[in-house]
Amino acid sequence: MSVLDVAKVGGLMFAAALFQSSIFGAFKVAGGAADLVLVAVAAVALLRGSIYGSGAGFFAGLVVDTANLGTLGQTSFLLTIAGYWIGRYGETTGRDRSHAPLLSVAVITVLYALASLALHVVLGEPVDARVALVDALLPAVLLNLLLTIPVYALAKRILGPREWRQAEVRLLG
Amino acid sequence: MVGVLTALSLVLVSIYFRESPGGPLHDVQAAGAAVLRPFQLGAERVSRPFRDLYGWFDGVITAKGENERLRAENQELRRRAIENETAAQEHDELLEALAFRDLPGLHDYRRVNTRVIAHPPSQYEKEIVIAAGSDEGIAVHAPVLSSGTLVGEVTSVTRFHAVVTLISDETSAVSARDLSSGAIGLLEAGSGDSLVLNRVTKDKDVRVGDLIVTAGSRVGRLPSLFPSGIPIGYVSSVGQSDTDPHKQIQVESDVDLSDLYAVTVLVR
Repeated sequence: MSVLDVAKVGGLMFAAALFQSSIFGAFKVAGGAADLVLVAVAAVALLRGSIYGSGAGFFAGLVVDTANLGTLGQTSFLLTIAGYWIGRYGETTGRDRSHAPLLSVAVITVLYALASLALHVVLGEPVDARVALVDALLPAVLLNLLLTIPVYALAKRILGPREWRQAEVRLLG
Repeated sequence: MVGVLTALSLVLVSIYFRESPGGPLHDVQAAGAAVLRPFQLGAERVSRPFRDLYGWFDGVITAKGENERLRAENQELRRRAIENETAAQEHDELLEALAFRDLPGLHDYRRVNTRVIAHPPSQYEKEIVIAAGSDEGIAVHAPVLSSGTLVGEVTSVTRFHAVVTLISDETSAVSARDLSSGAIGLLEAGSGDSLVLNRVTKDKDVRVGDLIVTAGSRVGRLPSLFPSGIPIGYVSSVGQSDTDPHKQIQVESDVDLSDLYAVTVLVR
């Protein structure tokens, strides 16, 4: 884990959170909106692993909650878990697979919507489940998939591709 | 590491939820928002040309039909304006003659024009953040307008920012009046971004196209948050059933609540 890598991830997340709250939040297509932060967290997690993914999600969530003056920690909680899960996928099944970014973004968008709905219910906030899961979900998935390729390419350019370390493993028994 | 971050997030949520709006975590958040403010303003300025381009394409597609509709509406409005001018003069003369004591009107408020710097982060929140706060005299419950139309109220204020809850939010309720029939009801959020005017009894003659404005009247002992006469939108559909004692009235706002970039806050 290098300081330069951490700084790059931090900068990327900061920019993504800022653009999400200022720009992408206002654009709605067919009732759904893109989530640039979620796609950026997915890109970082696939390129740098689960630890980076969870850290990036935590930091990006804090920036989003601060910029929107929302409940602090709410978005961080969801994005931390999302970043960790995608990172684990990228380290195992999705390793070096070309479809990994698109598949992980599609799945995490659905799971994120469900988790976000559950969290709002637990916090006692009014939610319209039909809008969240029926009207807005499919457009959100499609918009996030559209963002995936350029965001992943940009993240790969900034962070560089992942270098898998060769480690010696001692067999037991 | 993941466990630590997750636990830390939950701790933050718990503390933030439990403490008062002036608590230490809220103060830290306000300070962070003040630091982010120039970046948000910069990002909003950078995005303006792209949003204008998107709006231009969107406008071109709907331009022709909207042009015809607006021409017809313009003619009708000219006719009404002449009638209203006469009525307004008589109204002022009568009020003066009666020494009538009225509720505060729009003329009693100072206007703070400001920019929207953050839009709803998800489909659950119908809130925006504006680039003006208590430093400009903005307080909680201040009415917020866009293009002269009511869009929400201030629900949280820091020194340089304010959170505005839109009228399409499920927690919002505005006492509203049909300008044509005088019917008074409660404007609340419907599903998605739609608005419904509730508690209008079936004997009231509400029609499609009627203008809905703030009533400025009290509900029980609670004073209205908004002065009377602020336009909200037009009636888009009216229905009634045999079993429901009230009409089902849908209202469409004059402005696109999902695409606000500048608002006016009324301050007393």
